[in-house]
Formats: sequence, structure tokens, C-alpha cells
Amino acid sequence: MYHKEKSIQIKSSASALYNNLSVLRIAPRCLTYFTVVHANVVNMVSASWDGLNFSHRQLQSKEGSIAASSSLIMQASWCVLPSRELLVLTSQKGIQMYESDGSIMVYWHALDTPETPTVVGVNISSAHPAQAVFARGIAAVQENFICVGVSTGFILVFDIPSKGSNIMLSEVLEEHRESITDMASECSGSLESVADLVTADDSGALCVWKSGEDFQLLNKIPGFEVCCSSVKLWKGTVAAGYGSGQIRIYEAVTGIVRAEVNAHARWIYSLDIAPFSGLLLSAAEDSLVQVWHLTVIPEANSVEIQHLYSECVTDTQICGAKFCDGEGHAFAVTGYDLSEIIRYTQE
Amino acid sequence: MTLSQLSSPNVMNDIITTMFNKKFLEELFKPQELYSKRALRTVFDRLAHASIMRLNQASMDKLYDLMTMAFKYQVLLCPRPKDMLLVTFNHMDAIRDFVRDSPSILNQVDETYRQLIEMYTPLSGGEFQLIRQTLLIFFQDMHIRVSIFLKDKVQNSNGRFVLPTSGPVPYGTQIPGLIRTFSCTGEEVNRVQFRSAGNYTAALREGSFEMHGDRVIKLGTNMYGVSRAVETHMSGTSRNSSQHTKVNTAPNPLAKKELNLLAQLMGGLDMQKPVGSDTSFRVNLFATDEEEEEALMSRPAELSYEVINIQAAKDQQTNAELARIMGEFADEGEPSATPSSKGDELLAMMDGL
Repeated sequence: MYHKEKSIQIKSSASALYNNLSVLRIAPRCLTYFTVVHANVVNMVSASWDGLNFSHRQLQSKEGSIAASSSLIMQASWCVLPSRELLVLTSQKGIQMYESDGSIMVYWHALDTPETPTVVGVNISSAHPAQAVFARGIAAVQENFICVGVSTGFILVFDIPSKGSNIMLSEVLEEHRESITDMASECSGSLESVADLVTADDSGALCVWKSGEDFQLLNKIPGFEVCCSSVKLWKGTVAAGYGSGQIRIYEAVTGIVRAEVNAHARWIYSLDIAPFSGLLLSAAEDSLVQVWHLTVIPEANSVEIQHLYSECVTDTQICGAKFCDGEGHAFAVTGYDLSEIIRYTQE
Repeated sequence: MTLSQLSSPNVMNDIITTMFNKKFLEELFKPQELYSKRALRTVFDRLAHASIMRLNQASMDKLYDLMTMAFKYQVLLCPRPKDMLLVTFNHMDAIRDFVRDSPSILNQVDETYRQLIEMYTPLSGGEFQLIRQTLLIFFQDMHIRVSIFLKDKVQNSNGRFVLPTSGPVPYGTQIPGLIRTFSCTGEEVNRVQFRSAGNYTAALREGSFEMHGDRVIKLGTNMYGVSRAVETHMSGTSRNSSQHTKVNTAPNPLAKKELNLLAQLMGGLDMQKPVGSDTSFRVNLFATDEEEEEALMSRPAELSYEVINIQAAKDQQTNAELARIMGEFADEGEPSATPSSKGDELLAMMDGL
């Protein structure tokens, strides 16, 4: 179904982090951007569609708005809003937002401020002394929001103007009790969707939200003590990947499980959906990338998932996998300790 | 000196006593960031020289490479992140066996078990995965070939580990291949099998997280069941050296302070000092002295660890002060402040001694 293409070399190897690949397709310039995180650095490469031109850039984690830092970056992801695209980096120290080509940093938000305390609890001395501090989980929501998760379980909602750097923290959502792992906004483009955002945490709990001046919690789907490491929202349906190797498909608003797939033999690290075709991509530490077909017919209340394809990336624990286009004609993969982005195209 | 003296109880006891020193462990168990490569190598050197055993630079490098790659292998191949704790218990079980006839050291070891159980068993799978991901950053881009791994086919000739796609699935995982579909009222309406790559079998029973018990997992048990040659291959690493990216490229002010503190802690430990050169013996991990010398010369520069030389200073007064300070600090009851401020205060106190 897919065959391997020429890989893209990156400047340093991928770290073992959930969802460690972000792809931005820039049709007007016939370019695709890729980002891969390596410890405290983000490797950015832009690839021309004719396969001839590649250009590289590296971004580093920051401490304060200027100082370079050794703090580890947990995730890097492009956020596509109607008016602009921003590259968001989440680290152990804070959140950095750049113009989409990585050239200018437009916003810095430090963790451990009064609005976003890193130790939760009335009596600070009773808080878990070993609590790690970091931001993780990034999503662009509706017209003008970017949401970012924190290790405390908080979700920061940022209001993004159509241009410039006047970005403000608009709201803090306090619903999750465990560290946020991933989040995703509705990607079908349908105007009928009620749910705009799904957020996931270490315990496997999923929260479904409606965006607005005040975000509204539509549903909280309890976890089952298994970490949910990657999540997508499409046509009102949540696709969630778990540490147990299972993929579950839920109706977002009702929380009803519609499908359970024993998909992988190890921890799932990445899920992606091609919104125009309903193809679902899953990747895990078991060296497999798999392609599924998700069919959702809201009028008929029908949800189905079918296995289409498996690809084994030998001796590699995969940490990122994304479709390169809305139909799912091509996808790209990263793996721990690999200094390349492996690409596959449909036959 | 003979090989039998190498495995004598004295050497083992000395190393284990040093490793399980109360103050040292207290420092280790504090929530903190990953040690820099230099700091870890320094600790390792100190531990290796805690007995009358001596290794020169080349043999030490080789031993360290072996230990690093073995640990990378164990962390990478853990079926599920929580299994890292079982691997740690395998290490501990072996250590406990070495000192089973020495009650005082045994006591220290048992105390460490208790601390491990108390600190780590409550953590969730996601938290263990975070620890594992952080450790994997430390080991990133290390592809030193180890003879025993190459022979056993767990490592490829390019230095990368073989990841099997068969065998039992981790505890808590189902064998891949089943899709279950449910109606909107929650009833199962369909079951479909699909064919996936790999050839997996059901999970084994879960290992024990208690002080004693069958850990089930084999990672972390003795790699050298039968005595074999211990070799690491230095040639071929230069091919990978272009990818030897240094993490922590920004100067880390804590690193120096970390090392100073470690120096103080370890310098104060009651070491067995060799009385004259007669009682110490030198360990050479190569076939001949010439080979060892050559290995040192030809080692790629980027793999040098820039070891900080720590003197076994036995200033009793200084260490009593340090112990008191450490004790005071523990009583303050605050959560761990940001690392730099904690280091600053401790350093200032040490400077004032």
C-alpha cells in the first residue's frame, strides 16, 4: 500500500518523546516543514516537494525570554490558525512560540508563575516532593486559541491575535489531576461539531471541551490506569492511543467506547488522522507503523475501524508519525536514536 | 595478584560498602535532574577505585563503556517502563547475594530496597515512562559495540540494539490482532482479527516488587553466566562520532557544584587506602599491557570524559560539618527548591567551612 521514499537527514537524532514529529505543509511554496526534538534542541528542516532542496534550522529551549537553556523540550508542534501559523515549543521551563519558519520568537511564558504554579496543593510542604515540572500537549483551537498542557494537569489557554506578539493567557483549565500528555482539536473542518478540543493525561483520562471566552467541559472520560500518550479528534470521534498498545475510539460528547483495537505490542507514541480520508496512523515502541481506516457516519451513528497496513521499521522504537497531507497519501516517521525522517508514499 | 583475589569478598564488600553509604544514597535519592556525563563518569571512577583494585585510563574507559551500553540495553528493552524497577531489583538481588555474609553491609542494602520500594512503587506507568525517556536522552547516540552483545546477536555491527518483534507482550498488554466494535448503547457488535507484523505470545506473570521475590524479567541479571571475554570495540565508533551530540551544550553552573558535593561526600567515605603498592593490584581489561596503552592512544577524542580528579581527602572535621549541614537541610521541610538556588546555598555553606 505504501513504499519507502528517500529519507530526510536531520542534524541530530530524535529523542524518545511522545508525538515527536510535527509536519507543516506550505502549498503556495511547494514546501513541507518537519520538526523533531532532540533533548534541548528542535531540529527543523524544510523540504521542497521536488526533493531537491533542504534547509535546516535548530531552535533551542530558553530560560527567560533570552537565555539559552539546557532544559529538555517535551514537544514541538505547529499550530495552524485561520490568520497565522505558529511553532510552539514546550519545555521544562516554559512555553515558546515562534513564527512558523522559526525565525522570530513572538512569545515566552514561564512555568512556575502565580497563575500556573508547578506545585499544586494548599499546603506546599505536603506536595509530592518529586513532582517533575514541564509543559506538554499543544493544540490550536478554533479561530484564535492555542492550548498547552502542564505537568500539574492544568491546561493553559492562550488568546492569539491575528498578528503580532500581543499573546495573552486567557484561561487556566483545572480538570485533569495527572500530567497532560497530548491534546487535539477537531480536524474535520465540519461546522457541526460540538466538541472543539480533547485533552489527555497520564492516567488515561480524557476531557472533551467546547472553546470560547470560557472553555466549557463537555465530558470527562475516566482513564483505566493506563497512560494515554496520543489523541486525535475527528468528526466528533476521539481516537486515543495508550501505553498498553491499545487504540480506543470514543464518541467525544457521550464518552461511549465504539471500538477497542489491540493494535501494538508496546507503548503507542503517536497517532495521526488524515481528515479528508479518515485514515488513521499509529506508531509505537514495537517498531510498527500501522494505517487504519476510520469510518464515522454521524447520521447513522456508525463508527468503524479497519486495519489496512503495517510497516516495520527494524530495530527502531518509533516516537513520531504524521501524515504529510490531508488525504494520507504520504506519511513520515521518526525513531529514537535515528537521525533521519523516514518517508512513505502510497503506491 | 590472581583472578581469585579479584573476586575476593574484600573487593566486593569494599565497593558495595561505598556504593551504599548512607549519606551518598541520601543524596542520590533526592529528586534531581539527570547527572551530566562527566559527573556520572566521576562517580563511577570513584566507585571502581573504592577497593584495592586499580584500573588505568584505558581499562577504565572500557569498563565504563561496557557498563553504559549494558544499562542502555536494559532501559531500552524494558517491555514496559515499570519493568525498570524490576531490573533494578535484579541488580539489587545480585548485590545482596554478594554480601549475604556481612550483616552490616546487608543492612545498608536492605535499607536501600525499602527506599526504592517507598519511592518508586507508587509511581504510575506514565511517570515511569518519563523517567525512562529522560534516561534515554542520556544514552542517546551511544553505539559502542560490545563483544558479548554482538555474539549473542542482541546488538548489530552498527552498534544498534536488536529489537525483537516476537516473544511475550508486556504485562498489561494484549497480543495485537483484535478489533472489537461496540454499538452506541455499548454492546459488542463485532470482532475482527487482523494480521500484524510480529509474532507475539501472551504476557508472563508480573514480577515481584517486594524485598524478596521472583522478578520474572531477565534483564538486569548476570550477563556473564559463563566466563567470557569482556571486550568493547573502539574502531567503528568514529563512524558514529559525527552524531555524538553533546547534550547540555549551555554551561551548566550546577555541574561543577554537583561534582564538588560528590567529591566531598565521597572524599569523606571510609576508604581502604592501599598501604604501599604491594597490596593494590592493577586490573587490565585488554589482552596485554601494550594493547591497553594502544587503546588509550587511539580512543576518539570526543569519547573522553574529562574526569575530574577527586582526592580521597579525609578531613574528619569538614565531613562532620557537611553531615550536619545536610541534616539541617533535610529538616527544612520545603519542597526541593529550584536546583540552582539549592546548589548555591550548599556551596556557600561549604565555602564557609
